[in-house]
Amino acid sequence: MKKLTKQQKSNLITLAMVVCFYLICEIFIRTGLMSSHLKGLLVPLTYYAIAAVGLNLCVGILGELSLGHAGFMCIGAFSSSIFSVMTRDALPTVPRFILAFIIGVAMTALLGFLIGIPVLRLNGDYLAIVTLAFGEIIKNILNAVYMGVDDKGLHLSLKDAASMGLDASTGKKIINGAMGITGTPSDSNFTIAIIILLVSLIIVQNLVQSRDGRAIMSIRDNRIAAESTGINVTKYKMLAFTISAAIAGAAGVLFSHNISTLTAQGIYFGYNASIMLLVYVVLGGIGNIRGSVIAAMILYVLPELLRGMDKYRMLIYSIVLIVMMLFNWSPKAIEFRQNHLSKFSKRFRKEAAR
Amino acid sequence: MSFLNYLINGLSLGSIYAIIALGYTMVYGIAKMLNFAHGDFIMVGSYIIFTIVSTLGLPPGVGLLVAIILCTLLGITTEKVAYKPLRHAGSPLAVLITAIGVSYLLENVALLIFGADTKAFSSMISWSGVSLAGGRLKIQGFTLVSIIVGILILIFLQLFINKTKSGQAMLAVAEDKGAASLMGINVNKTITLTFAIGSALAAVAGALMCTAYPSLTPYTGAMPGIKAFVAAVLGGIGSIPGAMIGGLVLGVIEILGKTYISSQLSDAIVFGILIIVLLVKPTGILGKKIQEKV
Repeated sequence: MKKLTKQQKSNLITLAMVVCFYLICEIFIRTGLMSSHLKGLLVPLTYYAIAAVGLNLCVGILGELSLGHAGFMCIGAFSSSIFSVMTRDALPTVPRFILAFIIGVAMTALLGFLIGIPVLRLNGDYLAIVTLAFGEIIKNILNAVYMGVDDKGLHLSLKDAASMGLDASTGKKIINGAMGITGTPSDSNFTIAIIILLVSLIIVQNLVQSRDGRAIMSIRDNRIAAESTGINVTKYKMLAFTISAAIAGAAGVLFSHNISTLTAQGIYFGYNASIMLLVYVVLGGIGNIRGSVIAAMILYVLPELLRGMDKYRMLIYSIVLIVMMLFNWSPKAIEFRQNHLSKFSKRFRKEAAR
Repeated sequence: MSFLNYLINGLSLGSIYAIIALGYTMVYGIAKMLNFAHGDFIMVGSYIIFTIVSTLGLPPGVGLLVAIILCTLLGITTEKVAYKPLRHAGSPLAVLITAIGVSYLLENVALLIFGADTKAFSSMISWSGVSLAGGRLKIQGFTLVSIIVGILILIFLQLFINKTKSGQAMLAVAEDKGAASLMGINVNKTITLTFAIGSALAAVAGALMCTAYPSLTPYTGAMPGIKAFVAAVLGGIGSIPGAMIGGLVLGVIEILGKTYISSQLSDAIVFGILIIVLLVKPTGILGKKIQEKV
């Protein structure tokens, strides 16, 4: 057997961790030890982990701050949901979900590519604010659009449901403005979500290890140096951004097939949601894929578990966030940790070795 | 005439955005950080004024003064406790996330104290305004006041930055922190002063905004904060006249877009304009083009 490199081992550990998490959850569900409230959180925490992995590709590996990934989730959610609602009676569950998934991811990748063309010309904070703007535009338009279908074909309107001119007998409303899409079949479940998480992890891990991934990281570390060694900066930036968007789209597909009414609300798809994803990525460690998964899972569940202390939960969450950032990133705290805490661990290790 | 009316309303909203954007742009120019909590300082200022005017029954002037003082103190404290330790952190994202944490914290403290229900904010300006052209063009009092306040603040800031020693120190710190400290400028003090001015401006903006849109919730500040940030970027972040121009342009576009195109899509139009401007001029309207060197 070929000897594994350190990186490959670390990747396998990440995948094994996700599988273990899945198995433990399954055991808990089967034995009835998991409350129904917690069971309902499993799919969301998995799709947020997927979205965080996607965003980490953009922020950590490519090194460009994106504040619009919730917008990509929105595209994935809506495009797949439209397909599922339209073919609800025509197709059986499995092929319908597979097709909806492919459509959702493909639409998001396409849009990520199109948005990437102008956005990636900018850099730094300007890029961040433009991705935020695109995310808000996507959310805003999907909130205002009305879409329906009848035997004459598709009808679109930006005004109201009546102005679509739907045929009264055969017409079917699909997107009802700010009321969103109702009746998306709930095709996704925890197993599917975990499989998609594993697939996106494998894609990102392989990308990072490949020649393309090294090119992408060299752009992050020094764009000018990368360019002067003959790396096509635009191509690799687009590649990473598009894949990152597509993964967020996959999370969106799971999102829309897990709830019955899909609306383009700010809390799900606005800049606040993008920021929440960014919090997962930064607290998990920028560029650390495993960290994103762990952080997304813990940070998604944490406020939900604190529901008992309803009024104070977001307050506690925000204080934990600030303290964790100060502790993890402040140069003084890092120095303190190195001086005092590492002594303990060293001594501990020495004693263990004896 | 109605077009002129909408235009003036747009300028009024634009002045409010501009005042918020000035705070954003100064902090960004000097500390090189996006202060996501800036929008929430507006909300804090508004709640302070609300408490003093509506609950305690004191005159609005007192409320505004107390709000400015408390917001300034809050800004300085936030900077000292949450942002300063991270100034030399490995990644600029660290301080950004901390700012998001501060934003959540302020919103939730307000939620605990005042509850989630919308507070009716009584108007601070009793002036009914002027009517021109035989009553066809009516300009409301707060519209004029916000435009005038915006212009006064711009003039004051320009004078402060160009004519005083502290202002010059700000410019120097914005240009190069290391060199500035070698020239004997106290960088920490300058950054604190910038936060203080930015937070005071947020309190003023809060007073104006809640007069124009008299409904106050813990999330009132978030969206204007983001829009003002967009205005700052539009005008060229770091530039004070740029923030003013960006704010005014944004306000006018928002009101005209709401009136003539679609009220639901007005935000999309605002953000669309930002994207177009940045594609044509990647550093904003008045931004300096920085040549990247190896």
